[in-house]
Amino acid sequence: MAAEEVDVLIVGGGGAGLRAAIAVAEAEPDATVAILSKVYPMRSHTVSAEGGAAAVIGLADSLDEHAYDTISGGDWLCDQDAVEAFVREAPRELIRLEHWGCPWSREPDGRVAVRPFGGMKQLRTWYAADKTGFHLLHTLFQTTLKHTEIKRFDEWYATRLVTDGERVHGVTAIDIRTGRIDTIAARAVILATGGCGQVFPFTTNAAIKTGDGMALAYRAGAPLKDMEFIQYHPTGLPFTGILITEAARAEGGWLINKDGYRYLQDYDLGVPTDTPKLRSMELGPRDRLSQAFVHEMQRGRTVETPYGQVTYLDLRHLGEAKINARIPFVRELCLSYEKLDPVTDLIPVRPVVHYMMGGVHTGVDGETPLQGLYAAGETACVSINGANRLGSNSLPECLVFGARAGAAAARYAVQAAKPDQQAVRTQGADERRRLEQERDGRDGGRERISEVRALMRRTLEESAGIYRDRDSLEKAAGTLADLRERAAVARLEDRSAAFNTELLAGLELGSMLDVAETIVASALNREESRGAHQRTDFPARDDAAFLAHTLAHRGPDGTPRLSLLPVTITRWPPGERVYGR
Amino acid sequence: MILRVNRYRPGVDDAPVFQDYEVPDREDWAILDALTHIKDTVDGTLSFRWSCRMGICGSCGMNVNGEPKLTCGTFLTDYSGPVTVEPLRGFPVIRDLVVDIDPFLANLSKVSPWLVREGEEPETEFAQTPEQLEAYKQYSMCINCMLCYSACPVYVLDPDFLGPAAIALAQRYNLDSRDMGDRFDVLSTEEGVWGCTFVGECTSACPKHVDPAEAIQRYKLTAAMRSVLPFTRRRP
Repeated sequence: MAAEEVDVLIVGGGGAGLRAAIAVAEAEPDATVAILSKVYPMRSHTVSAEGGAAAVIGLADSLDEHAYDTISGGDWLCDQDAVEAFVREAPRELIRLEHWGCPWSREPDGRVAVRPFGGMKQLRTWYAADKTGFHLLHTLFQTTLKHTEIKRFDEWYATRLVTDGERVHGVTAIDIRTGRIDTIAARAVILATGGCGQVFPFTTNAAIKTGDGMALAYRAGAPLKDMEFIQYHPTGLPFTGILITEAARAEGGWLINKDGYRYLQDYDLGVPTDTPKLRSMELGPRDRLSQAFVHEMQRGRTVETPYGQVTYLDLRHLGEAKINARIPFVRELCLSYEKLDPVTDLIPVRPVVHYMMGGVHTGVDGETPLQGLYAAGETACVSINGANRLGSNSLPECLVFGARAGAAAARYAVQAAKPDQQAVRTQGADERRRLEQERDGRDGGRERISEVRALMRRTLEESAGIYRDRDSLEKAAGTLADLRERAAVARLEDRSAAFNTELLAGLELGSMLDVAETIVASALNREESRGAHQRTDFPARDDAAFLAHTLAHRGPDGTPRLSLLPVTITRWPPGERVYGR
Repeated sequence: MILRVNRYRPGVDDAPVFQDYEVPDREDWAILDALTHIKDTVDGTLSFRWSCRMGICGSCGMNVNGEPKLTCGTFLTDYSGPVTVEPLRGFPVIRDLVVDIDPFLANLSKVSPWLVREGEEPETEFAQTPEQLEAYKQYSMCINCMLCYSACPVYVLDPDFLGPAAIALAQRYNLDSRDMGDRFDVLSTEEGVWGCTFVGECTSACPKHVDPAEAIQRYKLTAAMRSVLPFTRRRP
């Protein structure tokens, strides 16, 4: 008998997971629901989101404009039915957050304030200064405390989905505090574990972002979609990779090279103006800005530092009052981690891995091809982000599709058969044996987990960075196969049961290697350049061959099997992406 | 630079012991960077929590040379000589530098930390002016890192005390113009604001410039006013 049984189990307690839990509680009050997460919910990486959340609110704005910005920003790889649902439901979701207490920044008359954001033609980004994700997460978490029917498994790590090949029946998981390996039977499971930036060496992503949910789905037979599309954010702090929010540019910040020149004007992004112009220059999309940085570097117009080449973000002309009012966290982070003050100093920045456009393949209700399995948030690929996500679309994505997945999973769970306890028991026992072997039988290994992890990260950076080509990707595929074998025998020094973070690091490395293989294989397969996927050997977009999603299924030998799935076009036929003109 | 780290493994160690590690004295390293360096290259068995390493997730609070600190925002250059790293004081230790935070979360839940409203949800947002936002904003900045509990002389002796962060969070909602609750029954008790001896260590320890001491003092006044009004419950 499984230790626990619930109707809907949510893996991950960030923005999408918490929103899903509330949706389950509201849709089916009699259904039992639980959140299982490897961290306490308020530690989730949603907390680090800074700039804002997009939703149409102003009279001058329209849902169609938000949809068009999103679709053109995504280089026409977005599924337009999903985008239409997203822009339609985003305003209601942000208003609900307001009703739950989110401290949105305000206009003098008391209405919610909005700010410009990259790639957006209208002011539609709601914000809570520059700690939007922090406030959104804490508001959601505190609201779930009101719902005492939402059970939590804090600091549990899901290791495997229990399935019969067609349907999900629950998960196996480690209770990190005790080391106990247990099972939780569930009629439906929602994956909401966020992204996988830790696959790369230089990332804004927190240490916990290791692609666990993606790997769980992939191993259970559900495909991963568009994994080659990795967003580099143009402004990360060197060494730490800490994000300097796009809001800094939305409030008027400039990107300058070593000569003090606003270099984006040389890359078809418009002409410099003193005040920010929407969809232009510093408010262009992230993929184009990060690519422009690489060209500046190749032209020798960047600045060498101990932590790589940088350009500068110049906020000095904004003045202290505006910086304190609108982007106080930017100042706090610069003072603490760079020992500089943006009121008087230039901020060194370089592109940094920030977000996965790809993820678990789902439909508009978060459903996956595996019955009873759902996904939402960065873990999932619906896809509203296509080949490049616009800043401030990811927080509302967590809310809209978290809510949709929660409601859909609840409806499914109340009519689904009970989970198969026999399968849960058998697969739980298998998993217990495997994990105990993992923990106790690996002290003779030569390499550390951290060494294999570092090699994986370097491999990904060298092959699947801002620009890619066949040779480096093919080489990376070979290296990853080798690293998988080395990871399996890497040394584990810690054999204690309680809070064994070395064992977790080993399991996380396994997740990351699965994800890394799908990234490299998908990037190799897509012989075109679109959005964040730029192939130097195929520099043009190729709609005839690749106006399609990449699906990666795990093959019998453990390597990815790829296929293409046409993009859903409703009202916006593929066109040119135009910024600044 | 020597890092003197408190170790405790249940079932292995009878009591916590200190273990010294030599780490490079890098001027850009936070204490947390030194700990991950140890974990990755010297001793894989050392356990601690961390995640965002930018001072917002609240995971990596520890006692550094006896003071509660976020280790991701406390730098090696702030210290000379050996640096002692211990688990946050006031909480049961699970292992090494990892403490049990369930008692803290239980206290947070006690203050009904959500917006209390009655009636139907309107179609649009509740109006709130920038001044009304300012009235509670600083109390909404708490990252639940628990440094204030570790610094609080009352809490470390009496775990039943609601503690600084929970009371500040209650005030975050009490002072929100959209909220209709007052959380009197839980705040105006000996375990609530009346347990505070106003040492103010909580406010000094807060890495996010929240002022829990002020929240507590303000609510004492609110509670005192309310207890002299008719038709309200008096504090026991």
